[in-house]
Amino acid sequence: MHFNLADQYHHRESIVHGLNPRVKVLGVVLYIFAVGLLPEGEWLGFLLYFLFLIISYQLSGLEFFFVLRRSLIALPFLLAAFAIPFTTPGDEWMKLPIIGWTITETGAIRFASIVIRAWLAVQAAVVLISTTRIPDLFWSLSALGMPSILVSTINFMYRYLFVLADEVLRMLRARSARSPRLPHKPKPPVLWEGRVAGSMVGSLFIRSIERSERVYSAMLSRGFDGRVLVKRKFKMKQTDWIIMVAVIAFVFMSQGLIHLR
Amino acid sequence: MYVSFLALHIPDGFLSTEIAIVGWILVVPILAYALRQTKRHLGERQVPFLGVIAAFIFAAQAINFPVAAGTSGHLLGGALAAILLGPWAATVIMVAVIVIQALLFQDGGLVVMGWNIINMGVITSFTGYAAYIFIKRLMGNRSGSHLSGAFFGAWLSVVVASLATAIQLAFSGTVPLRLALPAMASVHILIGVGEAIITVGAVSLLLVLRPELLTSGEMAPGKKGAYFTVGGILLVLFVAALSPFASMNPDGLEAVAAQGGFLQLGENPVYEIFPDYVFPLIQNEAVATFLAVGVGAMIVFVISILIGRRAARPQGVPK
Repeated sequence: MHFNLADQYHHRESIVHGLNPRVKVLGVVLYIFAVGLLPEGEWLGFLLYFLFLIISYQLSGLEFFFVLRRSLIALPFLLAAFAIPFTTPGDEWMKLPIIGWTITETGAIRFASIVIRAWLAVQAAVVLISTTRIPDLFWSLSALGMPSILVSTINFMYRYLFVLADEVLRMLRARSARSPRLPHKPKPPVLWEGRVAGSMVGSLFIRSIERSERVYSAMLSRGFDGRVLVKRKFKMKQTDWIIMVAVIAFVFMSQGLIHLR
Repeated sequence: MYVSFLALHIPDGFLSTEIAIVGWILVVPILAYALRQTKRHLGERQVPFLGVIAAFIFAAQAINFPVAAGTSGHLLGGALAAILLGPWAATVIMVAVIVIQALLFQDGGLVVMGWNIINMGVITSFTGYAAYIFIKRLMGNRSGSHLSGAFFGAWLSVVVASLATAIQLAFSGTVPLRLALPAMASVHILIGVGEAIITVGAVSLLLVLRPELLTSGEMAPGKKGAYFTVGGILLVLFVAALSPFASMNPDGLEAVAAQGGFLQLGENPVYEIFPDYVFPLIQNEAVATFLAVGVGAMIVFVISILIGRRAARPQGVPK
């Protein structure tokens, strides 16, 4: 199954690709935290943080439009913020022509700020996922203190994600082959269709349970004793320290400048 | 191929930093306990088992069915996982799903992930499971008790999770509670029906093919404290919705209404979308929403019992 993943960017070579994944994860989390701390309507601050992203694109050789496309995933959630421009008290800024709802100035600023913060955060996450191999990413999670048993579970999930997704794709194809929508025929009742979908989920569950049993016996036959070993490990190199310090310095200085001004 | 379905994956930027940190503080001990429980129950089999089942939940979320007007019903999966494997194992599975969705697909934020785990992992697992065992105990050994429990549990899990999400958004000052709570509740009361139908379909197939899987789900750890946990969750949500913090930010509608612009809006279009929620005698929208959800839950409760009984009969081809 084709997921819109970023694997095709993993094999490039750049400073960002070569960084210790732990540094990248920490840097991205710190960046998102810092974006969250930017006050509303601090346009210069937002611009500064956007420039920081642009520099990271340059350093990692990512195309802006690729990141832009990936960063649209958070868009549907904007509906949750839809009411802000209308409900925040403040001076009237403009009135919507037909429905006559009033947009306040503070409301518009708050809405724009939330959208920008969310957008910057998603872009940072896209840079992380596009420049880091997935096993390295999971390694960094355990290096940063996530319980190793959870990291192994996530690792397994990632490994079988595509197998089960293919399974689903085949089931969906089989369903549409056997119950096509014919013109001039009445629609089957929604409950019935829902039950069919549920049966598919149920049989997928049985297949998954059976698969997990096969996987476990295969692991046992190869000497699994409860520990999951990782071959690739990372040490902190000079560049890692430099970038780490640079990101921390950027975040602290920018936040200091913005909040003390 | 990957599409985000539910308005429950909060992206970064929508919660204030303080609230996001509180979410992580809550998640860490819950997760540690969940891991200990599943480890004791499953042993070294845990990693491949939970990993593959997490991949199953992720893949099953892509199975949908058309409802009406281009919308489709689909699965979140927390309640189904809890029914089949117990609430603690379901929590671990949902954590894996949420981490993968946030890291690989940017669906849901990284810094706000604590709350996403609580909403879609902990709350769905425990409310789904508690409602399921409650109905099962109520109906005893009658045929269809599994299905009724699955229907009610799946519906309730999605609705409670959406209430929690709305309250977090309100505490962050993103959306005023009086809008967020009724809006989220009304959307997810419908989404919950899709979740319930799929869950019932899955459970009814498993009852026929592998009934022992359902029995083993009931033996899994987590049964003892499930009622208390869910009671606690509901109480916290209710208190939070009423607390002054939720309306502390100056977004109260009165302030805007004083200027006139929003007054008409408040009386006309927005609230007419949710007429069911505005009980005439109750001024506070939070209380009104909770009441409406309570009444809705009772209705769905009755429907689930009817559905369970009906679906337990041998099924035929639709006419």
